[in-house]
Amino acid sequence: MLSEWLYVGVFFLIAMFLPAAAIFIAGILAPKKPNPIKSSTYECGIETVGPAWIQFKAQYYIYTLVFLVFDVEVVLLFPWAVAYHQLPLFAVVEGVIFILILLGGLLYAWRKRALEWL
Amino acid sequence: MTPWYQDPVQFIAEWLRGVLLGWGMPPSGVELVLTVLGAGTIALLAMLWVVFLIWYERKLIGRIQDRFGPNRVGPWGIFQPIADMLKIFTKEYITPEGVDRVPYNLAPILAVASVLLIWAVIPFTMTVMGVNLNVGIVYIIASGGLGVLGIILAGWSSNNKYALLGGFRAVAQLVSYEVPMVVSLLIPVILAGSLGVNDIVMAQRIPYLLSAPVAALIFFITSMAETGRSPFDLTEAESEIVAGFNIEYSGLKFGMFYVAEFLHAFTVSLLFATLFLGGWRGPLAEQVPLLGFVYLVVKTFVVYFVVILFRGSLPRFRIDQMMDLNWKLLTPLALVSLVVSALVAKPLEEMPLAQTLALLVSNGIVLILFIEGTGKKVQRKREIVGKPRPLAVPHPEEQQPAQSTGG
Amino acid sequence: MTGLQIAFLAIAAVTLASAVLVVSSRKIMHAALWLVLALGGIAALFATLEASFFAAVQVMVYIGAIAILIIFSVMLTRRVMEDTGPQNTRYWPAALVVSLGVFGGILFLFLQWPGFSVESRPGLEQGDLLVRFGQALVSPDEFVVPFEVASILLVAAMIGAMIIARDPSRK
Repeated sequence: MLSEWLYVGVFFLIAMFLPAAAIFIAGILAPKKPNPIKSSTYECGIETVGPAWIQFKAQYYIYTLVFLVFDVEVVLLFPWAVAYHQLPLFAVVEGVIFILILLGGLLYAWRKRALEWL
Repeated sequence: MTPWYQDPVQFIAEWLRGVLLGWGMPPSGVELVLTVLGAGTIALLAMLWVVFLIWYERKLIGRIQDRFGPNRVGPWGIFQPIADMLKIFTKEYITPEGVDRVPYNLAPILAVASVLLIWAVIPFTMTVMGVNLNVGIVYIIASGGLGVLGIILAGWSSNNKYALLGGFRAVAQLVSYEVPMVVSLLIPVILAGSLGVNDIVMAQRIPYLLSAPVAALIFFITSMAETGRSPFDLTEAESEIVAGFNIEYSGLKFGMFYVAEFLHAFTVSLLFATLFLGGWRGPLAEQVPLLGFVYLVVKTFVVYFVVILFRGSLPRFRIDQMMDLNWKLLTPLALVSLVVSALVAKPLEEMPLAQTLALLVSNGIVLILFIEGTGKKVQRKREIVGKPRPLAVPHPEEQQPAQSTGG
Repeated sequence: MTGLQIAFLAIAAVTLASAVLVVSSRKIMHAALWLVLALGGIAALFATLEASFFAAVQVMVYIGAIAILIIFSVMLTRRVMEDTGPQNTRYWPAALVVSLGVFGGILFLFLQWPGFSVESRPGLEQGDLLVRFGQALVSPDEFVVPFEVASILLVAAMIGAMIIARDPSRK
């Protein structure tokens, strides 16, 4: 078990190192001629207007929040799913009740038009 | 010593272990060296494989669009991606002023790393894989989350309001489509009784495409949306919001996002083949492991072909259509099919054939009900805000001179 | 010093350093990014304890969802990259003394406990552990009531956040 996680840790380091090495090599091979026009921020070819912030729509936050709720739901369902073969039928029904409550929440959000992109 | 034909990778590992121990290395050091070599081999091969994938996709897209695709550089254009790589290695990194250096440089690395990490848990044959992590499915979802973090870092650190906007929209799309994906991944876990990927493959006497067709369909569609492929590529297509979150990236940093997208598409096909088509399973796969690898490659390329076919033939979704599709069709469908599969599979556990048939029929009923029921609701009716304007008709006096000069 | 101890010390050092940087960063966006590193360190600590499920879930939920939510809520403040100056208050020596005292007190209590120096092993194999966890979650005399209440809590959180974040101009 520990050797498996050691493998994952080593793999993560290698997976971060390989693109970094490639980018570094390309950084050596490529020319470097910065000038102020090239380094200015791109705004469809005209001069930038205003600092780089935008009006943050609350809809982004709602999508991420609903995703968080369903993510936690699925995390709680993973042990139930793994133990499925050893569970009696009423335990399966308990899991189904869990899912149906969350489906109800999703239907509420749908009716209140909170999931539309506007 | 395992004979070399039965497990070539294990054979090489044992031989290396003997050699290193003979040189006097402590056993823990030997294990560490073997781990690094194994991980490095898989990661390096995956990244080099992208070169072939780029060629394959360009040829196939070309054929779908009734043209040849690259065919100048080498026979059938097979050296074209190498030429592309050489070009992109020598492009300048134009770093705009005001960027936050560390997240700006970290973002392409994270994007590639999150895809490479998935390759550690996929079984290539019965015994050849990175690790048989017993929580493989959760690990795969977690590495998808790392990719989302990379995109938001890219969008934010570029100091560009269009990159920020594109980054937000991309993250909203990715995060929304992750919901039906994780719910649909629960169904193979229920049928196999384990979270480990190799355990799911070994449990597939009958491929899960037949036992859980709705889950396979949802996983396929949401994975294509996760990779940002057409028809879901609104947030990073070249003509939309000036190419999205990677505007300010040039040279190989942009190349890394490109590599990440192609590799992700192939990894998704590999995952689909492993989880739903039976992976390395097939006749004689246990006795001859190389045959298992061949089966996996064939299945993956069938799925990858379909992915590219989707890209070449479907028009792009609008963002509100994408979100409606996700929240109003795919998520309820995934949840209901999970409920139905869980309830149908339990009473029939001892009879696998009857269980598969019952699951197939119930999934089919759920799918038909959903497409009839909510599919119509998902298509939104737009109100007409203005009367259609009449077409321009030419003025009667102007027709005379046009006719006299026309030949 | 076994390899596991070295790994634990390294991961703990990274986690603690990034946690300190979270509260002392001058720019709020950098604080959010250091938080991601701290959460990753916690996941690595779970892995050293062989709690594989929790390590993977930590990355999936905390880094994949909560960190993104935190970054989004940081974006809601306008001046994200503004340097807000040094973050410590005037009384930080007193706070340091109190926290060291609390840490010393807890350490003293733990040293009195005989189980502190005994290594604990889980009673089941890894695969069976997850199955046992699943059975415990839905078994009537174990944790089924908190399991169902958790789903109601999640729905309540979703509804509450939607009501708060709703655009008042929208009907």
